[in-house]
Amino acid sequence: MNHSIILSITTFVYAFASVLYIGSWTFKKEVMAKTGFFILVTGFIGNTIGIILRWIESYKIGYGHAPFSNMYESLVFFSWTVAALYIFVEIKYRERIIGVFATPLVFLAIAYASLSPSISDKITPLIPALKSNWLIAHVITCFLGYAGFAVAFGFSIMYLIKPIELNTESRTLENKGGKNQINSLFAKLPPLDVMDELTHQMVMFGFLFLTIGIITGAVWANSAWGTYWSWDPKETWSLITWFIYAILLHLRMMRGWHGKRIAWVSIVGFMAVLFTYFGVNLLPGLHSYA
Amino acid sequence: MTINNNKIKSNNLFWNLFKSIKLTVVVLILLAATSVIGTLIPQNGTEQFYVQKYGEVFFKLFSSLDIFDMYNAWWFVLLLIILSINIIVCSIDKLQTTWKIIFPDKVAFNIERFRRLKHKEEFESPLNIEDIEGKYLSFIEKNFGIAVKESISIKDGGDNNGVADVAIFGEKGRWTRIGVYVVHLSILLMLIGAVIGGIWGFKAFVSIPEGETVDTAFLMDNNTPVKFGFNLKCNSFSVKFYDTGQPEEFKSNLTVIEDGKESITKDIVVNDPLRYKGLSFYQSSYGIDSAKNVLFKITSKESGMTYSQKMEFGQTIDIPESGGRFTLIEFVHGYNFRGHNLGEGFIGKFSENKSADNKLPKDNALLNNESLERDKTDKEKPIQDKENSEVEIYIPIKFPTFDKMRGGAFAFEIQDYDKKYYTGLQITKDPGVWYVYIGFIFMIIGCWITFFMSHQSICVEIRKKAERGCNIVVSGTANKNSQGMKLKVAKIAAKMQQI
Ligand code: HEM
Repeated sequence: MNHSIILSITTFVYAFASVLYIGSWTFKKEVMAKTGFFILVTGFIGNTIGIILRWIESYKIGYGHAPFSNMYESLVFFSWTVAALYIFVEIKYRERIIGVFATPLVFLAIAYASLSPSISDKITPLIPALKSNWLIAHVITCFLGYAGFAVAFGFSIMYLIKPIELNTESRTLENKGGKNQINSLFAKLPPLDVMDELTHQMVMFGFLFLTIGIITGAVWANSAWGTYWSWDPKETWSLITWFIYAILLHLRMMRGWHGKRIAWVSIVGFMAVLFTYFGVNLLPGLHSYA
Repeated sequence: MTINNNKIKSNNLFWNLFKSIKLTVVVLILLAATSVIGTLIPQNGTEQFYVQKYGEVFFKLFSSLDIFDMYNAWWFVLLLIILSINIIVCSIDKLQTTWKIIFPDKVAFNIERFRRLKHKEEFESPLNIEDIEGKYLSFIEKNFGIAVKESISIKDGGDNNGVADVAIFGEKGRWTRIGVYVVHLSILLMLIGAVIGGIWGFKAFVSIPEGETVDTAFLMDNNTPVKFGFNLKCNSFSVKFYDTGQPEEFKSNLTVIEDGKESITKDIVVNDPLRYKGLSFYQSSYGIDSAKNVLFKITSKESGMTYSQKMEFGQTIDIPESGGRFTLIEFVHGYNFRGHNLGEGFIGKFSENKSADNKLPKDNALLNNESLERDKTDKEKPIQDKENSEVEIYIPIKFPTFDKMRGGAFAFEIQDYDKKYYTGLQITKDPGVWYVYIGFIFMIIGCWITFFMSHQSICVEIRKKAERGCNIVVSGTANKNSQGMKLKVAKIAAKMQQI
């Protein structure tokens, strides 16, 4: 067994889990969400083993390094962090259905890693600048941050698609004989205040870790190049992302913004996350790291 | 006094503008939006690059707005200054109130405040107040740190059949209200650190050939020399490659020499600089300076014999078979031969022995060729000094048969040599970095406090029931995360029921 087989299987397991969550929502079968959760945990275990195996294999080849150094590895790790965070949230808040928008993200990230022709899954040696423990701390914290924002994004989408007037009636509506198929579908979603609260929790989690991620990146840059901040496009975009979420936090804490408006800011923030992650490579630059 | 103060403040336009959170949001949006520009337009390029890319008109427009170095532009710095004033004014404005909450003259609990809460946990106990109040008090104290017991006054409806009802209050985390100020202070610290680094710090560069010592570097911006105040010697440099050809490690062994004494010696690699007396030396580049341990192969045309000879620069040897004398002069990075650069090689001086029958061909390409010039970087020297028939010859590394074409009695080629590197060091002085790092720590701690901790208070009201036992109501509030507090109150109540 090598890591790439395990990770391929994991991709399918995650796909299956997403299908179950979505199915549970559309067909209103609680049992599907329950099964989905176990499948998701299975996938998560596979994901973990895959990462560890890749780590071990890199040592066997003689390039030994932690598997957080290129696009493929970071996407696999991104799936892992989103899955971990989501599993934690489901256990803690006992809301099953909230996986509808979070689990597909887990699947999409790892599927993109395996299927995109521009992403190589070869284990490559580390160039000298990447040989630092700060790199490991930096990648792990950044991705925990991204995971928080991704899950917050999932909740924000749920918030926005749920019609407000259904909120008070909440989940009891479907028992009234499902007057309206679509409405009852959305009514299955958790109450708005729960999703609002969860979005906020996830944003705070993401913000803390993005902050630590930017900081460890700065400390690393200072130990490798003697400059903790050089306005590199990637750095700048992570700062822009940080600003957006800082704005969100202030709007909520000081101006009392809630619900829809916060959901929109959270979506804008996640677009910035995606751009920091994928888009920066498209930008022109005179210099770039690594 | 305070009232006066507040009046002055509230009438002050400046104060009102800068204490507003709207300003914060606007400035943060502007910072985020303008930062995007700097990632779309490459920064600090050459004029030529920009004119070619954007045309003359846009080049003029952009440069007048400092777009090509926008993170140092006056308007970007102005945004940061506004942000700082905003944070300072806001914090002073709020801190007065917060301070009074954090350090109150006397912690007073108001039972009405708890009674008004929507969420309460209620249960009954068969025991009497006297039997359980002590247990509950220590339980609350264990969970909250601070717990006080008060009898409920008659005014608050506390008297029940002659027995005073009891309320137990607990609280913790008053100090966590300071969290946001820690966050905001951390931002100021980072900005101060950046300013200090900008004013008193510098970035410089120097390259040191292996074995040599320097005491000066050159500023990156304008090449001004800066002295270290000590000497720095590069003992050796090495580079390792993976089998894929990617570089694996660049390493310089450096020694600091101060007042003629060696003070420290250290290997530096890319992520591990040398730090000494406020300066940091980073491994940043390398190159080939020269060669060492050069091993020549000398072939005699007459006898066909080959000889190996190891040489140092400046060394002169006698060629076997009484062929003459050969001096190794220097290493060159390039050599122009008929318009082709033959690359790295060695320059030597060969004085052939005249007594041996010397039959240099007349049309010797090398000796008569005008186009044979050494690389521009090398001094112009006559190639041949005909009087004493001394020739300067070039022996390339890549083309071993090149010297044979000269058609002399002896042909030289390079059998082996070691590269002598120079190491390129970036030298940084940044006295502000510690402010920035302390800011980093404050930022993390402050965020943690702000997000995950809160000032929580709890109230346990114990009322005697008409017959036996008592009624217990637990309620609690927190300044943040009310959902979490609800769960916590439920948990506490459930545990108290077990006692
Ligand atoms: C990006 C830089 C930031 C700026 C310029 C900024 C600025 C401000 C300002 C001017 C206020 C209003 C004044 C006050 O209440 O003290 C404020 C409030 C606040 N800020 Fe920030 N802030 C920044 C970052 C943060 C971060 C990263 C956090 C997250 C931990 C944060 C959390 C808060 C909170 C919780 C308040 C409300 C304080 C209160 O209740 O009194 N701020 N901020």
